[in-house]
Amino acid sequence: MNKLFLIIKREFIAKVRNKSFIVMTFLSPLLFVGIAALVGFLSTMNKDKATEIAIHDEGGFIKTNFKNNKDFHYSDISTMPFGIAKDSAARNYEGLLYIPKVDSLQLIKDKVEYISENSASINFIGHVEKIVDSVLTSNQLRILGLDEKKIEEAKVDSTLKLSKFSGEESLKGLNEIKIAIGGLMGYLIMMFIIIYGNFVMRSVIEEKTNRIIEIIISSVKPFQLMMGKIIGNSLAGILQFLIWIIVGLLLAFVAQTFFGLQLNSSASLSPEMMAAAGQSEGMLKFQSYWTELMNLPLTLMLVSFILYFIGGYFLYSSLYAAIGAAVDSETDSQQFLLPIIMPLILGVYIGFFTVINDPHGTVATVFSIIPFTSPIVMLMRIPFGVPWWQLVLSLVILFGTFTFVVWFAAKIYRVGILMYGKKPTWKELFKWLKY
Amino acid sequence: MSNILEVNNVVKQYGNYTALNNVSLAVPSGSIYGLLGPNGAGKTTLIRIINQITMPDSGQVLLDGEVLKPDHIQYIGYLPEERGLYKTMKVGEQCLYLAQLKGLSHQEAKKQLKYWFEKFGIEDWWNKKIQELSKGMAQKIQFVVTVLHKPKLLILDEPFSGFDPVNANLIKDEIIELNKQGTSVIFSTHRMESVEEMCNYIALIHKSNKLIEGKLNDVKQQYRTNTFQIGVLTNDIEGLMYQLTQKFSVEQTIFKSLNDDIKLEVKIGNHTSNELLSILTSFGQVTHFVEKIPSVNDIFIQAVSK
Repeated sequence: MNKLFLIIKREFIAKVRNKSFIVMTFLSPLLFVGIAALVGFLSTMNKDKATEIAIHDEGGFIKTNFKNNKDFHYSDISTMPFGIAKDSAARNYEGLLYIPKVDSLQLIKDKVEYISENSASINFIGHVEKIVDSVLTSNQLRILGLDEKKIEEAKVDSTLKLSKFSGEESLKGLNEIKIAIGGLMGYLIMMFIIIYGNFVMRSVIEEKTNRIIEIIISSVKPFQLMMGKIIGNSLAGILQFLIWIIVGLLLAFVAQTFFGLQLNSSASLSPEMMAAAGQSEGMLKFQSYWTELMNLPLTLMLVSFILYFIGGYFLYSSLYAAIGAAVDSETDSQQFLLPIIMPLILGVYIGFFTVINDPHGTVATVFSIIPFTSPIVMLMRIPFGVPWWQLVLSLVILFGTFTFVVWFAAKIYRVGILMYGKKPTWKELFKWLKY
Repeated sequence: MSNILEVNNVVKQYGNYTALNNVSLAVPSGSIYGLLGPNGAGKTTLIRIINQITMPDSGQVLLDGEVLKPDHIQYIGYLPEERGLYKTMKVGEQCLYLAQLKGLSHQEAKKQLKYWFEKFGIEDWWNKKIQELSKGMAQKIQFVVTVLHKPKLLILDEPFSGFDPVNANLIKDEIIELNKQGTSVIFSTHRMESVEEMCNYIALIHKSNKLIEGKLNDVKQQYRTNTFQIGVLTNDIEGLMYQLTQKFSVEQTIFKSLNDDIKLEVKIGNHTSNELLSILTSFGQVTHFVEKIPSVNDIFIQAVSK
């Protein structure tokens, strides 16, 4: 036990002292913020320039409904003959919206045409169709002698109230929060496994190439060394996450202090009361989200996050360690890595596509019980409420598999670390189990 | 004399390949025991079994009369043939770590390290990283780490590879010194002159089987051919040859001599050396009369090529 502690300590210190670890810890939040800023900047830059579109409306009924906005600028060139207008539009505009002259306005329905060099964006098509629809609809209403205002008044927008059998009420928007939280946890586990699993593998390969391995395993059991590595590296990873969380909280606190002040001053100074009202409405909504968030099974989520994190990480990183032991260099590891990464990615995809649509469907349930995907899929399902028996079954299977895989990996590890110069095949790996 | 290590009927198979076939050895306490054998004979497997890195399929190993158990690691110092250190770790920290893994306390490890670093005059390496040291320097550190915890049994696999002659001598003297203080040494190498010089027991493993084991002198006795190299100054060469070939088998040979003598190699078989000598003296002046003792090298080659 004492030796295991020594190994954990060494692995932890070796990892934490590593320059790339220090750089990653402090640079990646900056990088993250930088990329977010860049994306924000790029999207505003994209919006700066409106698309120039020419309109040739032969009837002249609709063109007035096309108003300039920040995305699209319309120029009326209906006075030109169509042929010239087309040439002109091809040269000076992004495209030409052609509305032919018809006897009855209703016939325009399928006649409006957009001519351009580049195919139109979905955004634009929807925009144009909506305008044409509304013009035609109100025209229709007028012909039928219906009062548009009254119809508008008669419209009802209902809201489905959601609650559980246990009596708790919940917001519809809460599903988004649940997806976001579950997705974040699942994604976090996947990233952690891939990054730190790789570190474990590299550390094993390093010991092999350094030829220190035989000296060490003449003092400790290979199993102890493997576990020490896995735990030491994960502690370094947890430290990194803790630093990020603390820095994040600090930044959030600082931002809130400043932002809070700014919000107050702008609210009192701003002449546009509407904006302020909108903001406070937003605040209200946020607050209700917050209370709903607090209604989520937070303790259960935290506990299961920790359990699935431990189970998933040990399960995978012991496989990474076995691979590291089996190969001589990182380049040789590729063929063995694929089968490891696949279930992880599968888990994330299932989580994002299946759990969101139907958190309690067969696919989501099955994959939240299969141990190689359960740490990701089950975590995504938990915010939606999972029956206890499924949770327990999934955890029991996960930890059972984890024990088996660690045993299996330790066997390969034990033989592999002393094998040099051979690039093993899958067949050989299974043979090693018998040694 | 008791045995520090006994290997009893050890069998180890890798798949269909038998690495050790019913091998038994006894290493007497206080000996320097040469473990010899061609490449791939099974030496490393045997050494790994003694170090509990791999387990034998059958048979047992006794250390100081007890069946090997995990606690025994602290009594063994092992210098593997394939050896290295963490490149980016500092020398001092690394030695402390490895010593603690062997079961020394932090303080004891530090004390011992100080002693050895001073002895080798390498105190200023403490804060250097291994990658800043030369291969020979790193080898020295490895040796220190191996003997640091005062093992009862030292297992050295090719200990001199990578050392220049000066440092090789230094290490050799340290090994002999430790042996005098009571440490038993198992010494695996292909350098036969070191075996000749240092070992008092040898064992030879070939193709997974033990061929020879015993005191070096006994083994040599066993492999002696009763051949004498002789030099005689005589005028009657034909007469001498005639007389000799009546009793012995004789061959011409070459050795260094200051005289212009006739140089022969004579196998005396069941006869005594005095019989040979009396014939020689009757023909002239005997300038050279030495029994050809088989070297470890000869024994090795002879046993392996049998």
